[in-house]
Amino acid sequence: MDFLRLIGILIIVVGFIFKFDTIAVVLIAALVTALVSGIPFFEFLSLMGEAFVNNRLVTLFLLTLPMIGIAERAGLRQQAVNLLEKINGITAGRLFSIYMVFRELAGTFSIRMQGQTQFVRPLIEPMSQAAATTKYGEISEADAEKIKARSAATENFGNFFAQNTFIAASGVLLITGTLESLGYTISAVDIVLATVPVALFALVVVVISNILFDRKMNRKYGRVNQQQKEGK
Amino acid sequence: MEAFIDNLLEFFFILVGVLLAYVAFNVATDKAHPARLGTSLFWLIMGFIFAAGNFIPSNISGALLLVVGVLTITKQVKIGHVKEVKESEAQASSEKLGNLVFLPVITLAVVAVGVAQFTPLGGQAGIGIGAVASLLIAMLVAKASPKEALEDGDRMVRQVGVVGFLPQLLAALGVIFTEAGVGDVIANAISAVIPAGNPLIGVIAYSLGMVVFTMIMGNAFAAFTVITAGIGIPFVISQGGDPAVAGALAMTVGFCGTLMTPMAANFNALPVALLEMKDDNGVIKEQIPMALIMIVFHIVLMYFWAF
Repeated sequence: MDFLRLIGILIIVVGFIFKFDTIAVVLIAALVTALVSGIPFFEFLSLMGEAFVNNRLVTLFLLTLPMIGIAERAGLRQQAVNLLEKINGITAGRLFSIYMVFRELAGTFSIRMQGQTQFVRPLIEPMSQAAATTKYGEISEADAEKIKARSAATENFGNFFAQNTFIAASGVLLITGTLESLGYTISAVDIVLATVPVALFALVVVVISNILFDRKMNRKYGRVNQQQKEGK
Repeated sequence: MEAFIDNLLEFFFILVGVLLAYVAFNVATDKAHPARLGTSLFWLIMGFIFAAGNFIPSNISGALLLVVGVLTITKQVKIGHVKEVKESEAQASSEKLGNLVFLPVITLAVVAVGVAQFTPLGGQAGIGIGAVASLLIAMLVAKASPKEALEDGDRMVRQVGVVGFLPQLLAALGVIFTEAGVGDVIANAISAVIPAGNPLIGVIAYSLGMVVFTMIMGNAFAAFTVITAGIGIPFVISQGGDPAVAGALAMTVGFCGTLMTPMAANFNALPVALLEMKDDNGVIKEQIPMALIMIVFHIVLMYFWAF
């Protein structure tokens, strides 16, 4: 009945799928796993308490929050937007590439943001739609949808592949914490260094893909646009 | 030196404890809060575990965690009303400060990395020192008083909220899993299918294990604890793979799973709604080619760099 020990994973999967309270789901998964594996209740309390206290490091980022709070009130995000808006003469693809650079740097400097709500919806998506219609005139609905999808995807790419280039990112601390409980002591700096090639490669792929996207849009609408001009 | 670093870290944990206790106090005195008692108790318990965890018996911390679980499952912990940053105030301030507003966050990164690289104190103390140093710079740049610093801290902590503790809790879950032998069970099951001792197969199993588990759970952090214990350690790291490289790449390859799953609603479903897209899976479809390219890149990089 070795497989009974995997019940904790099942609890987490089911709990996450049905969106039960995450903290409680994780605690229940830990408790049930311990009990079916023959760890007595009081020993579980000790183990869980010790493991949680030993991993306080993972949540040390709380100590950076007063600073980030002050910086936000002092206009951190607004100044970031200012820098972005200064760039003109833009195509949708180039805008996505610039946003990717910006988003990766934001991750490195721990500028905390909910990009989809704070940047993509109010700024990136409307700007890229505007860039396309300014250049090509009317575009098809399918292409407008494509631009929406690319706006959202760019935010996720920049967020995911660069967030661990910040030394106190919770992902970095989780990696060092987990490996330490498994018996391997590693430095958070090494995690950051190992993530840098990932962030750079993701950037290169995104930029190439955006160049191809701009070319495709040029081929599709460039001629139509010219005919319109010649027709006039 | 070891003892000094431990004391220094303990000091930072006590600071976090004080910050959390301040949040608890603010919630307790906030008459408009929808779940004043439970939420205040939640922050107080967390603050207590942070500040005193090292000085009390572990089973007390464990029992307090179960109390926290009861509080969150009975919905006694709520964010309540958080004072948002005034857009106009932030705008005016950014016009006045210009790029100087970036100085605190840059200080944090530079000090944290600098301490980790050039002093014997290590990366963990570096984050604490960076946090304190950058806070002082921020107060100087923004001309903020200590009271405002505490208020901003309170606002940010409440916004991050309960889920901020999820990574730490998952790391603790990983310890329980290890103790219970969950990793061994997965490792045994996997080794029935694939041979150990082959780094390439190990790297592929670790990477794809992360992708698939992240897609099922919708959360790469949760997948990381399970898959690292079950596949990463026996099939990659025990075979001589560099733990830092393997661990770092396993996490980001897990994010490729996040790009392809409807379970990660925050990232893939939220923008569909925000942008009023026609296709519910439009964002995921756009992300799949990139995710596949990145998975191949991770496997190649881990194989050549970790070994």
